[in-house]
Amino acid sequence: MSFTAHDPHDVAAQDAHTHDAEHGHGKPSFVRRWLMSTNHKDIGTLYITSAVIGGSVGGMLSMIMRAQLMYPHNHIVTSGAEWNAIITAHGLLMIFWMVMPALIGGMGNWFVPMMIGAPDMAFPRLNNMSFWFLAMGFIFIMLGLTIGEGTGAGWTLYPPLDNATYSPGIATDFSLFSLHLAGISSLLGAINFIATILNMRAPGMTMFKMPLFCWSILVTAFLLLLAIPVLAGAVTMLIMDRNFGTSFFEPAGGGDPVLFQHLFWFFGHPEVYIMILPAFGVISHVVSTFSKKPVFGYLGMVYAMVTIGFVGFIVWAHHMFVSGISDDSRVYFEVATLVIAVPTGVKVFSWIATMWGGSIEFKTPMLWAIGFIFLFVIGGATGVVLANAGLDQELHNDYFLIAHFHYVLSLGAVFAIFAGFYYWIGKMSGHPYPEFWGKVHFWTTFIGVNLTFFPQHFLGLAGMPRRYPDYPDAFAGWNFVSSCGAFLSGASTAVFFYILYRIFTSKEKLADNYWGEGATTLEWAVPSPAPHHTFEDVPVIR
Amino acid sequence: MKRRIGWLFCAALLLVAAGHVALAQTAGAPDPLAAADTYVNAPKPWQMWFPKAGSPMQAQIDWLMKYVLWIMAGVVGFVGVLMVYVFIKFNHKANKVPSHLTHNTLIEVVWLVVPTILLAIIIGPSLSLIWYEGDDSNPYMTVTVTGHQWYWEYNYQSVAGLDYTSYMIPDDQLQPGQIRRLSVDHPLVLPVGEKIKFDITSGDVLHGFYLPSLGVQKYAIPGSIQTSWTLITKPGTYYGECNQICGINHDAMPIEIKAVPMADYLAWIKVAQANYTENAVPPDPISSPRPIDQFAEASK
Repeated sequence: MSFTAHDPHDVAAQDAHTHDAEHGHGKPSFVRRWLMSTNHKDIGTLYITSAVIGGSVGGMLSMIMRAQLMYPHNHIVTSGAEWNAIITAHGLLMIFWMVMPALIGGMGNWFVPMMIGAPDMAFPRLNNMSFWFLAMGFIFIMLGLTIGEGTGAGWTLYPPLDNATYSPGIATDFSLFSLHLAGISSLLGAINFIATILNMRAPGMTMFKMPLFCWSILVTAFLLLLAIPVLAGAVTMLIMDRNFGTSFFEPAGGGDPVLFQHLFWFFGHPEVYIMILPAFGVISHVVSTFSKKPVFGYLGMVYAMVTIGFVGFIVWAHHMFVSGISDDSRVYFEVATLVIAVPTGVKVFSWIATMWGGSIEFKTPMLWAIGFIFLFVIGGATGVVLANAGLDQELHNDYFLIAHFHYVLSLGAVFAIFAGFYYWIGKMSGHPYPEFWGKVHFWTTFIGVNLTFFPQHFLGLAGMPRRYPDYPDAFAGWNFVSSCGAFLSGASTAVFFYILYRIFTSKEKLADNYWGEGATTLEWAVPSPAPHHTFEDVPVIR
Repeated sequence: MKRRIGWLFCAALLLVAAGHVALAQTAGAPDPLAAADTYVNAPKPWQMWFPKAGSPMQAQIDWLMKYVLWIMAGVVGFVGVLMVYVFIKFNHKANKVPSHLTHNTLIEVVWLVVPTILLAIIIGPSLSLIWYEGDDSNPYMTVTVTGHQWYWEYNYQSVAGLDYTSYMIPDDQLQPGQIRRLSVDHPLVLPVGEKIKFDITSGDVLHGFYLPSLGVQKYAIPGSIQTSWTLITKPGTYYGECNQICGINHDAMPIEIKAVPMADYLAWIKVAQANYTENAVPPDPISSPRPIDQFAEASK
């Protein structure tokens, strides 16, 4: 794809004088810039910052969990209630306050408008509102973790455990409302992305010339638009059951706890694709850039994402193989689930084909992308295993499942987040990251997370259930290994914070396109850091 | 006529003898569950695979798991080899000028069709396992399993009044030979070689009735009954755990099964009817957030 933005140096020149003039408003104050921001880049930065905070809290919780599980009969976590509050908050934080804000709110906000040649998002104030709903939600989820006994139903929030009888405290209400806030935030964000991508592409930027990251965000936005309202409905019914005496999920009043599971997973399964599709988008860009080749099979990649998004909506009950669905339903949901392996395979093989014949440079973002592809394939393979309803009867809710979804999320989505971070941080900050420390960060994380999660496959096969603060002594060995790996991953986070420090204290400046010939999308035509208003004139794509 | 009297006499003698045996057992002589102590199927340190299959269902799960895992290991290995090859052949030192190849219809069709064929190969045996697992018809007996916070309750549908609760042995009351976090005060006793159906439900929140060595797992859901079944092939002790988060003692309600030959099982029923029927009243679930050891005390 080629494009004619006006000469990038013009943009730089304009930037130099618009920076103090900024349409005559002067440099905005801190409060005005960060609390009232309507600029997609500033909001993106806010999202990424909140992802760092959410990820840090969620990560610290996982360190506590692994410390507790390091030895049997441990008492680092003092009670079952505390343990359940920690596991619940860990799950919700990592999903709603780490992966989603990093990939969708953060990178999506920063780069979707830039890649399609739009001056900003379609609804800048809505964009601001989405972020602040999420920030308020963060306060609520932390209250849900800390007030009283905390929210102890697990991130899946299955009733009756979190109804008024078994979780009487107000903490559970805070956690439920935090999901409402995060949900509204995502919903508004999704509407904004759809409007932006459908209406604000620069002249010549047809849908099928649009970079894959924008496609991934577009599909994700549609998934959010259709899935979040279902979650909102389920959560509202739960709040009604807890506080207003309804019995949607109360068997004593004619309700059914399994209904909640259906509603939750009708949201929850698309949710996993909401987390992984933007990651697919990032990986496509990184792989193409560092192979110095255009993406192989662009159309196939787009259709694969759309297919994954569609099929992702009709497989939800594979999370419920042991909760009362008939044999024939088990057959259907197994087959439908397995179908997803095909478009996912298309993605993986297309990435490899993109590298094929390329001139691959193993810079830090590429290392994370390669790590992503390989580990995602492992997670996908165990996914195919779990999709077998007959096998799920043995593996459901045990550590094999924990290993599986951490391979696709903790090693998949998170690796993509870091790939995107190292890929774009120069464009966002204007300063390079230290390459050596970037590689140290990659290798310590890679070894750490594999050491953490691979042994969990064995624990699961041996029959260790999830959400246990204490376990039979026979499981001690692999749990010890897993905890050691977790601490190594935890230490690698310190390397990441050191890298952040180096980036923001760096005096070095970067060129517009610091990756060279492989980086061909529109964000590489503007200066680094991208100016406050990316495009003063509309770029034309040929 | 004489012969008939002879038979009657023999039968009477047998009845008396059986009564004596039953009495002797209540008095604490030969334990009908002794046969289960000869073989213990519990998790082992550094275990890396499923438990040894204790039922045909788990044997089939084990087989299918190997079948699917080998196929998927092949896929992962293939992708891994492909990636290493690409890194060696097409790194920037080995290949300075990148190609601009972006399409190849044949290869794109191949990577659509080959995975689809692999899935078809997996789906075949996988579906028959689903129907096999679901076929709980014609059981020899049915046990109603009820999950409570935080203990299991077993009701033998065919034995009048036989209904008892099963609590984990707290860590500080373990006897030699008991397994921490797996042994219970009153195990579920089942005969070997017979098809046993479980009607699984819950008295309060969700629980998970999970028997890894037998391949059984179902949620215990209040207000509805879910069924599963097993057929234990070898006398022995088998373990399971609650596998759906159920509150603060989720990890403290294991399942212990003593599988014994039919004769021992029938002998045990007599003992159990004497011992368990009057203590069948389960504690009130609302008052249940008491320390677990108090429960074990109360149920002694």
